[in-house]
Amino acid sequence: MRFVVNTDKERREMMDSIGIGSVQELFKDIDEEILLKRPLNLQRPLSEQELLEAFSEISGKNADTERYKCFLGAGAYDHFIPSVVPCLVGRSEFYTAYTPYQAEASQGMLQAIYEFQTLICQLTGMDVCNASLYDGASALAEAAIMASNVSRRGEVIASSTIHPEYREVVKTYVENRGLEFREVGWEDGVTSVTELAKEVSDKTSAVLVQNPNFFGNLEDLDEVGKIAHEKKALFVVCVVEPTSLGLLKAPGEFGADIAAGEGQSLGNSVSFGGPHLGFLAARQEFLQKMPGRLVGMTTDTEGRRGFVMTLQAREQHVRREKATSNICSNQALNALAATVYLAALGRRGFRKLSTLNAQKARYLRSRVLELKGFEARFEKPYYNEFVVRCPIDPRKINEELTKRSILGGLPVGRFYRGLEDCWLLCATEKSARKDIDLLIETLRGICG
Amino acid sequence: MGHERYLYTKEHEWIHAEGDIGTVGITDYAQSQLGDIVTVELPEVGREVKQFESVAIVDSLKTTSDIYSPASGRVVEVNKSLQDHPELINQDPYRGGWIFKIRLSNREELGSLMTLERYEAYVAEEKRKSTARR
Amino acid sequence: MKLIFELSAEGREGASLPELDVPEQDLGIPETELRSEIPLPEVSEVDVVRHYTALSRMNFGVDSGFYPLGSCTMKYNPKVNEVIAGLPGFKSAHPYQPEELSQGCLQVIYELSRDLAEITGMDAFTLQPAAGAQGELTGLMMAKAYFKRRGENRKKVLVPDSAHGTNPASAALCGYEVVEIPSDPRGGVDMVELKGKATEDVAALMLTNPNTLGLFEENILEISDIVHGNGGLMYCDGANMNAILGIAKPGDMGFDIVHLNLHKTFSAPHGGGGPGSGPVGVKERLARFLPKPVVQKNGGRYFLDYDRPESIGRVKAFYGNFSVLVKAYAYIRALGPEGLKEVAENAVLNANYVMRKLEGAYELPYDRVCKHEFVLSGKRQLDFGVHAMDIAKRLIDYGFHPPTVYFPLIVKEAIMIEPTETEGKETLDSFVEAMLKIAEEAEKEPELLRNAPKTTPTTRLDALTAARKPNLRWKER
Repeated sequence: MRFVVNTDKERREMMDSIGIGSVQELFKDIDEEILLKRPLNLQRPLSEQELLEAFSEISGKNADTERYKCFLGAGAYDHFIPSVVPCLVGRSEFYTAYTPYQAEASQGMLQAIYEFQTLICQLTGMDVCNASLYDGASALAEAAIMASNVSRRGEVIASSTIHPEYREVVKTYVENRGLEFREVGWEDGVTSVTELAKEVSDKTSAVLVQNPNFFGNLEDLDEVGKIAHEKKALFVVCVVEPTSLGLLKAPGEFGADIAAGEGQSLGNSVSFGGPHLGFLAARQEFLQKMPGRLVGMTTDTEGRRGFVMTLQAREQHVRREKATSNICSNQALNALAATVYLAALGRRGFRKLSTLNAQKARYLRSRVLELKGFEARFEKPYYNEFVVRCPIDPRKINEELTKRSILGGLPVGRFYRGLEDCWLLCATEKSARKDIDLLIETLRGICG
Repeated sequence: MGHERYLYTKEHEWIHAEGDIGTVGITDYAQSQLGDIVTVELPEVGREVKQFESVAIVDSLKTTSDIYSPASGRVVEVNKSLQDHPELINQDPYRGGWIFKIRLSNREELGSLMTLERYEAYVAEEKRKSTARR
Repeated sequence: MKLIFELSAEGREGASLPELDVPEQDLGIPETELRSEIPLPEVSEVDVVRHYTALSRMNFGVDSGFYPLGSCTMKYNPKVNEVIAGLPGFKSAHPYQPEELSQGCLQVIYELSRDLAEITGMDAFTLQPAAGAQGELTGLMMAKAYFKRRGENRKKVLVPDSAHGTNPASAALCGYEVVEIPSDPRGGVDMVELKGKATEDVAALMLTNPNTLGLFEENILEISDIVHGNGGLMYCDGANMNAILGIAKPGDMGFDIVHLNLHKTFSAPHGGGGPGSGPVGVKERLARFLPKPVVQKNGGRYFLDYDRPESIGRVKAFYGNFSVLVKAYAYIRALGPEGLKEVAENAVLNANYVMRKLEGAYELPYDRVCKHEFVLSGKRQLDFGVHAMDIAKRLIDYGFHPPTVYFPLIVKEAIMIEPTETEGKETLDSFVEAMLKIAEEAEKEPELLRNAPKTTPTTRLDALTAARKPNLRWKER
C-alpha cells in the first residue's frame, strides 16, 4: 500500500518549480558517508487485503476476552463497552486531530476534555483534574514528584499493596529525579499502619496508597491519611479500578490531597496493556503544581462560551527545564472514551454497574470457597477482586482452564514472595452466572 | 520609567533598600516583555536566599520568568495580593506590583547592582539586540 | 453548545446493564466506606450520541482537511490500521493472559522492535514509553544508568536552543542540569559553543535531526565526534524521522539513543492529543539498561524477559501503548522498504515546494534546502500590526488547519509548516494561494486577520481570563 498522492508528472512539475533535477538534490546536505546506499532490510510491501490477512493471522494467535471467559484483573479490567463509545470515539474529527493548540478549530475535543475533568472530579471527590496522563502507573509517579515539589521534601513512601508494576514505575521516576523511594509492608492484606506510622517523618513528601488495593481489599484510608497529615506529608490515593467509585467513598471524602489512577475500566478496552488512561486530580491549592494539560472555560470576543488549554506556563513548552513535568501529550482519545462512557452510564447506571461488579465477585468468591482445598487468603472488605489460596499451583490451574477457554486469575506469587499458592480473581458485570458456574465446575475437575 | 532610588539587576529586577529591608519587584521593561501576567509563585516567608538565587516565578500566558533576588537575606514578607491580582505587576510594577521583601544580610552586595542611568542604557542595548533577531 | 451536565434530567439512563443473575449478598463493606451520592449526569443514549456528534463537528482532524502543523507530522492515518488494531486478538487481549496465549501480541512487539532497529540503525528497542516525552525520559535514564555503571557522575545534558521543550524538561526530570547550546546563523548547532560546552561532565547531547527548523545538521559527524570525544552520549530526538526514512539512519550519524514518535512518522493517529507511542532504540552498549520486560524469541516462541538485573526499571505498566504499536507495525508492513523511502522523498519535496512558493511573501530566516518542514517568520507582517497568530487564525477561515506558530523559539513570529507526503499538489497549491492572499490581506485589510477566524463555532477566546480565573470544571449551581 502507499499513501503518497502525487503522480510522477506532478512531482516533475514541483521539481521544475523548485529548480531541481531530481529529488536526490534535496538530500545533498547529508554527508555522503551517512547516506544509505541500500534499501532498508524490511519485508516487501503488502496490499490492503494481504495486510489484513497477515494481521488476522497474528491476532488469531492470541486469546481474547471475547472468546475466553475472563476472571483476570490485576490492573486491566474486562468490562462491557457500550456501542456508543467506539462509535463516537471513532469519529475521525476526534481521532485524526492533534492536540487542540488552535482552540477555535478544536472546540469539540476541548469541551470533551473539560467534561472529562469534571467527571473525574465528580468520581474522585477532588477539586481539579488534568486532561489525563499516560496511564495509572505514570500518573502515580507524577503525583509523587508533584508532592515533593509541593512539600519540598525528598522522600516518597509507598504501600506494598500498590500494584507491583506501579511501584516499579514510581521507583524508577522518583529515584532518577534524585528522591528517595521507600515501601512499607502489609498485614492481613492491607497496608501495615503500624509500620507506616513508624516510617513517615517530616522528611516524607507523600504517602502513596491504592484503594481497593492490589489484593482487591479496601484500605483504612482514614488511618493512612491521618498518619500522612500528622507529618504534613501529602496523602495520595491511587485508584486502579475506578468502577469501584460507584459504591465506595471517594478519595476526596477521605481527605486525599491527590487522587491519581487508571481510567481504563471506563470504556477503554484492555488492549494488551495500552493505551490506557492515567488521571491526576488534586485539591485546588495544588493547581499550579499539577503536571499535564488543563482545559478551562472562557468566552470568545462575542461573549459566547468556549474552551482553551490553560495555565500552560506550568508546562514544558513554556517553562522547559523548570516545568512541573516533561509530559507533552495526553491520552485524549481514551479520556473521550471515558467521558462518553460515564455520560452513558450516568448517575444510576454507574451505581448499578458497581453493584453488579461487587455482587458477581461475592458469588464467585463464595462458590470458589465451596470447593475443597480453596481457602480465603484475606478476610477484608473488597470490591470486585479477592485472593484465594489454591490446593495446587495456580499457574497449573490456569493452564488447565485455558483448555476450556477460561482466563483464570493472576498467580500472586509472580509478584509477592510467600503467596505462591495464591490466586487473584476478578469478576465484572460481564461475568455471567453460567460462566462462573462453568469455572467452578472446571475447577472441581482440575483440583477435585 | 524607573526610580532614581532603586537599584537594578541584569535580569530586570529592582530593589528598594530602606534600612536593612529591601523591597523587590520587576521593572516596567520586564513586565512589558512578559506581557499579561497570569500567576506569581511567591517564596515562603522565612526562606534564606542568596544574591541572584531564583526566589519567585512570574508566568504570563506564553512565557515564564524566574525572579532572582538582587541581594542575600531572609524573606520577611510577600505581596499576597498578587495571588488574586497578578495584573498589579503589569499595572504598577514599581509600587503595587512589588513581589517580596527581604532583610538584607549583606548591604555591600548592593554595590554590584545598576543605578537607574546604567540600567536604562542596558535596556537600550537589549532592545537593539532583540530587533536584530531573526 | 451545552455541557453534558446541562442536558441532565433526573431519571434518564443512557446504557442498559444486565439484571443481577446471582443471589444478592450483603456486601460486607462498612457504611463508613460507602458513598451516598455519585453526582454524574443523567442523559439518554440519544442525548449522548447527539451531544458528542455535535462536538466532533466542532473539531478539525486530518480527515477534515490539510493540517500542516509543523513538528507534528499530521499525515493521513490509514483506515486499515484502525480495523487491524480493532481485531479482538489485539483489542481484547489481557496483558496478563498466559504467554502461550499472547504469542501474536508478542510477535508484533518483537518484529516492530526489529524493524525500528533496522530503520534507525540501532541494536535494541523498547516499545514501553507512551509518547515521545516519555521516550526521552527513558533514554536519559538509560544514559544515567550507563554512567553510573562506569562509575562516572556526569551532571549535564546539552540541548540546542531550537529544541522542543520536552528535551530540557525530560533532562531536568531525570536530575540533569540543562545547558543550552545556541544555533549558528545557518540554523545548525554552533560548533564553537558546542566545543566549549561539551566537557567531561556532559552525559549527553540531545539533538533533533533534522532539527526543529526542518534543517539537517550538516556537521552531525563532527558533532558526534566532539561529544563522544569527551565520553558523552548522543541522543537523537526522532520527532522528525519522517524526513529521512530509508535515506539515512541516526545510528550511522553517531547517535547512541533515539526515540521515535509512532504517532508522527508511523501514521498512528494523534487522537486529539494522544495516545502516542515513543519507542526508544539504543546501541548495544546500552541495551542492558532497557526497561523491563523485553520481548525475546527462543526457537519459534516469544517470551517476556524480566530477568534484566541492570534494567532502569519501568516507565509504564505492562508493555506500552500496544494498539498504537499494532498500527505502526501495520504501516511498516504495508509500505515496505521502497514505500518508506518514498515517504521521506515526498515529504521533503512537498515541503521544499511550498517553501519556495512562499519565500517571496514571507520572511524565510534560514534559506537552505529544507527537509520535511520549514520555518517562516511573520516579521514582515508585524509592520502592519499583524502577528503570526493572526495569520494562523485567518487560515482557519480558508479551511486549513494552521501551522505551528511561535516555535521554535529562536525565530521571531515563527510559522512552521510541515505538509507531509500524503498531500497532493492541488492541496499544496491551494494552501499556497491562501497564504499569499493572507499576506496581501495583512497589508491591505489587517483587521480581517486580527478578527479571524469568523467561520468557526467560536471567535477568538479570552485566554487571559481563562488563566487568571481558571474554571476547570463544571459545578452544579
